[in-house]
Amino acid sequence: MFYREAGQFKTTYAADQQVFPILQDRIGVAVILFIAIAVVPFVANDFFMSAIAIPFLILALATIGLNVLTGYAGQLSLGTGGFMGVGAYACYKLATIFPDVPIVAHILLSGIFAAAAGVVFGLPSLRIKGLYLAVTTLAAQFFFEWCFIRIPWLYNYNASGAIEVPGLTLLGVTVTGPAAGSIPRYYVVLAIVILLTVLVKNLLRGRIGRQWMMIRDMDIAAELMGVRPLYAKLSAFAVSSYLCGVAGAMFVFFYLGAAEPSAFSITLSFQVLFMAILGGLGSLVGCFFGAAFIWILPILLRAGPPMIGIPIAAETATHVTSMIIGALIVAFLILEPHGLARLWQIGKEKLRVWPFPYA
Amino acid sequence: MLYQIFVDPFAQMVSMPDFLIQVIWEGFVAGILYALIALGFVLIFKASGVFNFAQGIMVVFAGLTLVGLHEAGVPAFLALILAIGVMALLAIAVERFVMRPLVNQPEIILLMSTIGMTYFLIGFGEFVFGGEPKQMITEELGLPTGSSAFEIGEQGLVILQHIDIAAAVIAIIMVASLALFFNKTRIGRALRAVADDHQAAQSVGISLNQIWAIVWFAAGIVALATGIMWGARSDVSFALEIVALKALPVLILGGFTSIPGAIVGGLIIGIGEKIGEIYWGPLVGGGIESWLAYMIALVFLLFRPQGLFGERIIERV
Repeated sequence: MFYREAGQFKTTYAADQQVFPILQDRIGVAVILFIAIAVVPFVANDFFMSAIAIPFLILALATIGLNVLTGYAGQLSLGTGGFMGVGAYACYKLATIFPDVPIVAHILLSGIFAAAAGVVFGLPSLRIKGLYLAVTTLAAQFFFEWCFIRIPWLYNYNASGAIEVPGLTLLGVTVTGPAAGSIPRYYVVLAIVILLTVLVKNLLRGRIGRQWMMIRDMDIAAELMGVRPLYAKLSAFAVSSYLCGVAGAMFVFFYLGAAEPSAFSITLSFQVLFMAILGGLGSLVGCFFGAAFIWILPILLRAGPPMIGIPIAAETATHVTSMIIGALIVAFLILEPHGLARLWQIGKEKLRVWPFPYA
Repeated sequence: MLYQIFVDPFAQMVSMPDFLIQVIWEGFVAGILYALIALGFVLIFKASGVFNFAQGIMVVFAGLTLVGLHEAGVPAFLALILAIGVMALLAIAVERFVMRPLVNQPEIILLMSTIGMTYFLIGFGEFVFGGEPKQMITEELGLPTGSSAFEIGEQGLVILQHIDIAAAVIAIIMVASLALFFNKTRIGRALRAVADDHQAAQSVGISLNQIWAIVWFAAGIVALATGIMWGARSDVSFALEIVALKALPVLILGGFTSIPGAIVGGLIIGIGEKIGEIYWGPLVGGGIESWLAYMIALVFLLFRPQGLFGERIIERV
């Protein structure tokens, strides 16, 4: 009743092929965008902006990157953290070598380095699949981590071994470094995430995206129908690593401010993989759900007990949080292996037939 | 440059044979630990097709339980028995609350569930035993300490830690008893039947749930032994969890379903990465141990994807 396409007639091909063919979806997306652009920055406090909203958007982008590879092209990867690191270090080098170029250009360019790295480590995917492929992406993960520690050129021979973000301005506003406020950073991140999400959505609807899904569903049949596995798989690796690289660059420049190599460890890879799986493999909206769930839940668990008057030591809270997250992940996989995106789908279906239980 | 890569390391090896033997021995011992971790992976993978990422944390957890119980005043051998009991409880809990509800799910979901278990066990272990590294109770368990030195050639000297020799012996005993268990006992045969074909095994009256609990328990015992050996060499700490990922290249080398493969693969990886680190590492700044194993596996995959002893030819496109 609330979510029904009845009466919405399409009279042109353009109307039939648009991203959101249903009016309610278009209204919903517009409302969400309006809230994200015009409400959140003015209502939320600084803590919410820098500790929740910005990392959530960045990690959602990384999750989209992984989802392109794992959810749409069916290639399991455990090297997300490494590819994010490549993007971050590439962006750092670019920003220190060419400090006059706008930072957004650096961020978008740095993804290309990550994409190149992704293609190189994606080459084995032409011969192997599944868990075997996971091991080769682990090789990427550990190799890049080693590079970030052992190649001093990458961090400009800093004594601390970490990369520190220089203060850069965009259109006269400081957007990076310690002096940058949370609102300008939020807007830059939001703009990049929206831009890339729209691009990816259209890639997935088009020829390349369909080829990826064919490879995922049945590679032999796909090959018989004229999909070239070489191009399909490597392009999936390239696009996925590009998105991860951009996310990694933003992670350092707009969220962390300074990063040690351990910021891009295997823990980050697992975290992003959880976001992709709990959100729902093969779903873009699921990436945002998953990122929100995995990123915000620990913050809530840490902040929750003291708020309702239960004193709890910080250390104990961390341990209990880890336990609860582990248990929740297992419970979630048992109850809904297709992720939050499936719950969203079920909810929409319920709204469609409401007030009847079925249509 | 070419000289440094292709000639110099070999010249070093020949000129100092005692050092080379020492390096190989160190690699051998590290390889045994990788092999033991890989053994736990193989047991579970064979019986249930689950790729158990939690094996590493199970090693830490088993070691912590043992040390923690001893610290609480339990005598060493009783603590050992209790730790085995805890691993049994863990196995039953995992089977009942994770494996049984997730039966027939795609392998990536099963893989993720074991990573979820890893998080849970990390939190649980730190909650109960605290996060700081602990000293393994080597002497109380009657394991040898100290070292002996052997002279080789004119003035060469090779030092062997007794605990390492004990680790090698225990690993051999463990593999032999597992092989006996698999081939001679009723449960072992049932395990092999399940590994071959779940449905066929079930149709001749083998309880899958029971078998899964048993393999997780077996993997738990392997984890406990690994934890003791590892703890005796360094400390019992959560850092081992990352080291346990080295079992993955070991498995690729040895094949996912082969117990001898796990052992041989572990030794090849262990010795290979030690030699690579000592002789070729300095050329690129050292520390290549962290990824060399994966690179060896990567190169290996291109030539022999089924592993040294693996039976299954993996699918290719």
